[in-house]
Amino acid sequence: MAEGVNVSILGTRVVRTEDPALLTVGGTYVDDVRVPELTGAVRATFVRSHVAHASIGAIDVSAARAAPGTVAVLTARDMDDLPPPPPDDGGAGSEGAPVPMGGPWTEPLLAADRVRYVGEPVAVVLTEDSYQGADAAEQVIVDYHPLPVVLGPGAADAETLLFPRTGSNVAVTAGTPTDEPAFGQCDVVVRQAVENQRLAPVPMEGRAVAAVWAAGRLTVWLSTQNAQISRFILAGALGLDPAAIRVITPDVGGGFGAKVGLDRDAIVVAWAARRTGRAVRWAETRSENLVGMTHGRAQRQHVTIGGTRDGRVLAYRLDIVADTGAYPRMSGFLPGLTSLMAAGPYAIPHVETAFRVVVTNTTPISAYRGAGRPEATAAIERAMDLFATEIGLDPAEVRRRNLVPPDAFPHTTPGGAVYDSGDYAVALDKVLAAAGYAGLREEQARRRGSGDPVQLGIGLASYVEITAADAAAGETARLVVHADGTATAYTGSSAHGQGHHTAWAMLVQAELGIPMDQVTVVHGDTDVIPEGVGTYASRSLQLGGVAVHQAARSVREQARQVAADLIEASEADMELDTETGSWQVRGDPATSRSWADVAGHAGPAGLVAAVQYAEGQPTFPFGTHLAVVEVDTETGKVRHLRQVTADDAGTVLNPLLAEGQRHGGIAQGVAQALVEEFVYDADGNPLTSTLTDYAAITAAELPSFELVSSETPTEVNPLGAKGIGEAGTIGATPAVQNAVIDALSHLGVRHIDMPATPARVWAAISGARESR
Amino acid sequence: MKLTVTVNGNPVSAEVEDRLLLVHFLREVAGLTATNVGCDTSSCGACTVLLDGQSVKSCTLLAAQASGREVLTAEGLAGPHGELHPVQQAFRAEHGLQCGFCTPGMVMAAVSLLAENPSPTEEEVRAGLEGNLCRCTGYHNIVRAILAASSQPAGKEQAG
Repeated sequence: MAEGVNVSILGTRVVRTEDPALLTVGGTYVDDVRVPELTGAVRATFVRSHVAHASIGAIDVSAARAAPGTVAVLTARDMDDLPPPPPDDGGAGSEGAPVPMGGPWTEPLLAADRVRYVGEPVAVVLTEDSYQGADAAEQVIVDYHPLPVVLGPGAADAETLLFPRTGSNVAVTAGTPTDEPAFGQCDVVVRQAVENQRLAPVPMEGRAVAAVWAAGRLTVWLSTQNAQISRFILAGALGLDPAAIRVITPDVGGGFGAKVGLDRDAIVVAWAARRTGRAVRWAETRSENLVGMTHGRAQRQHVTIGGTRDGRVLAYRLDIVADTGAYPRMSGFLPGLTSLMAAGPYAIPHVETAFRVVVTNTTPISAYRGAGRPEATAAIERAMDLFATEIGLDPAEVRRRNLVPPDAFPHTTPGGAVYDSGDYAVALDKVLAAAGYAGLREEQARRRGSGDPVQLGIGLASYVEITAADAAAGETARLVVHADGTATAYTGSSAHGQGHHTAWAMLVQAELGIPMDQVTVVHGDTDVIPEGVGTYASRSLQLGGVAVHQAARSVREQARQVAADLIEASEADMELDTETGSWQVRGDPATSRSWADVAGHAGPAGLVAAVQYAEGQPTFPFGTHLAVVEVDTETGKVRHLRQVTADDAGTVLNPLLAEGQRHGGIAQGVAQALVEEFVYDADGNPLTSTLTDYAAITAAELPSFELVSSETPTEVNPLGAKGIGEAGTIGATPAVQNAVIDALSHLGVRHIDMPATPARVWAAISGARESR
Repeated sequence: MKLTVTVNGNPVSAEVEDRLLLVHFLREVAGLTATNVGCDTSSCGACTVLLDGQSVKSCTLLAAQASGREVLTAEGLAGPHGELHPVQQAFRAEHGLQCGFCTPGMVMAAVSLLAENPSPTEEEVRAGLEGNLCRCTGYHNIVRAILAASSQPAGKEQAG
């Protein structure tokens, strides 16, 4: 930290540097980019399958080609200038890694002989404006020969195969077979089927891309979480040298995991720009987004939990069927993470997991905020409540009796996760105290006693999650202090709302004393930052932030030498005052020199440090959420009253930003528990493909959240920081679900799947009453 | 058709297609890109602007319907020397925005809400925002910002 006694900016509530522009002229998202290269760009409009499963006969593009404003209509048949698809790996994929499976499972750029879900791109129309595009796309006539539709976890046993060459709809299988003996020693064993439903990520900005091919070089403006990864995907798909591609990431209007890398649609647009020699733009409509962007979750789980009557959990088993949609984008990665984190924050002696990944005639599944971990927490937290109910013990007490104790870190789970640090019971106790748990239980008892039609439910979820799961991939930073004393930080990490520009500038100011407003942060331009990984898995601060911090330290040590030379003093006597950003001989203000003086003296190379920072292991944030809901037993309507949370992600750099991440995640978690679900009918038609049908949660359905602070630093990195981006969806979802069930447990309701809609809650109440 | 719309105090005249939506007129003709398109069903509110002082979803109106009328967008909200409007200031101070895509529409909706009800309760703010979606903030800090910008002392009605 700083020499001297200055108070660091780190840990303080600094408002964002990003905001003035976003609030006045608005961000510059891809569709807002107005640069000369894109003048006269044509608009791409995709023709998408409106049937879930069919072979493709003729495609008649003649009318569309003749439509006003049409520049080109392109189908898979026009893609004769591309390298062959990924090699056949025997269908094995690369289990455990987020890599699309190649070979017989390959996802084509445009469907050629078969469509496998509603929304799959079949052709692309280029027109002078987007209104003409909508008209022309309607005139493309595709001859579909329908095939039987495969949906849901039963896909494994379906006669119809999505990919006949694979011989199966099961893309990946992992885990141990059922091991009943582990449960033989238990007094109590409870089993339950649990649905973790399919969700649409719905970033406010949909997918968008603009592409120009000029002088043998492709420039792509892309709404993505990872400019550098996208460049390599484009290079592979188009058969180009990565050096011939520049990816620029302007402002990005949310990603939530669904903008990791880039989709086939964006690759098609880039290809079309090269093919036609025209600049091409595409910004999808929301109806397109809801079927074309990847979805999240979609796991059918079976939990088995066993233990003693006094509340010790001895064995837990989680079986998963993961519906991966029409193309296995991430092979076994997501259910693999769910399996890794299956035990949650509990010291359970025996934990088993198994999963199967199945393909179905639906939109492909990929990462969505939490990406495998919310599914793990939802399962174990539901199981803990089922176990607590079975033995008649308070759910808070059952959790306390099984949490990994604070002296057990690092703690290795039966599944092989190494939890780095934590004090899980403290998070639980803080939340119970802040919520007034005893008082809530009294109020609940009062309403039960009086037969109040509006019952109170209290739900808990204690969790541990994994962030920066790919810590070894690291992140890059390059920091330059210019001759005028200002600084520029180039980061391989990538912002889409998190506040990287503010946070990275804080790190530079803290280390160098150059004020934040004189620190420019640059991300997402592969010509300027060729190496980088980007943002997902709550990795940014602990990898990208630490890289900036390390770069600042390196610049500081270079500057110490230069300052000593400038002042003609010994290096060991040099002191940096981070309050004023000036160098001096220790205790002698008369020798003071500014950063401009020192950088100006540094020679033509200036003061520059480039860092590639990687960590040896991921970090494991933890916490507890408590939800309070009211359930109207006459209508099934749930009202979410309170959400009290402790989310411990180590040392907090900027509480304002960290709280913002928690708020957003909580809302998405509550949304899964109560309202959001992507639904298909029996023919694979999406029933929720607009925002009037998909129930994206609104302000009117949520309370203000009550955040309890908890900071247990990690020793994994020098900032002591873990990731915070996904805590909300991990903790909030099961807490709210458990609260709804808790409100009705005295009526005999044992489980309600998410989302707890009025119809579903009412049916559960009716069912419980009838069976009594 | 030929039309003139006064946008942020400046008349903008153009020959446009009859079917051109107001939001596309603002973005493509007037060149003002703060107003965003977030859906195609008038559900998300990202395109909210003020038409003669009333909040409207500019994806729901034809440009022709705004002919001869005054439109205020986020670009026109700050003072003549760039000083932020109180609602803009409050959004910044309370961290009421993250990715920023919903923000211009959300801010215009908030301006309209406070014009109609200068001292809303938290519940009234939440009900008033029902037509504006945000996926980043969980609405928590947006609600705080609007309460802070209102004439009501901030924090009176809200939990932690």
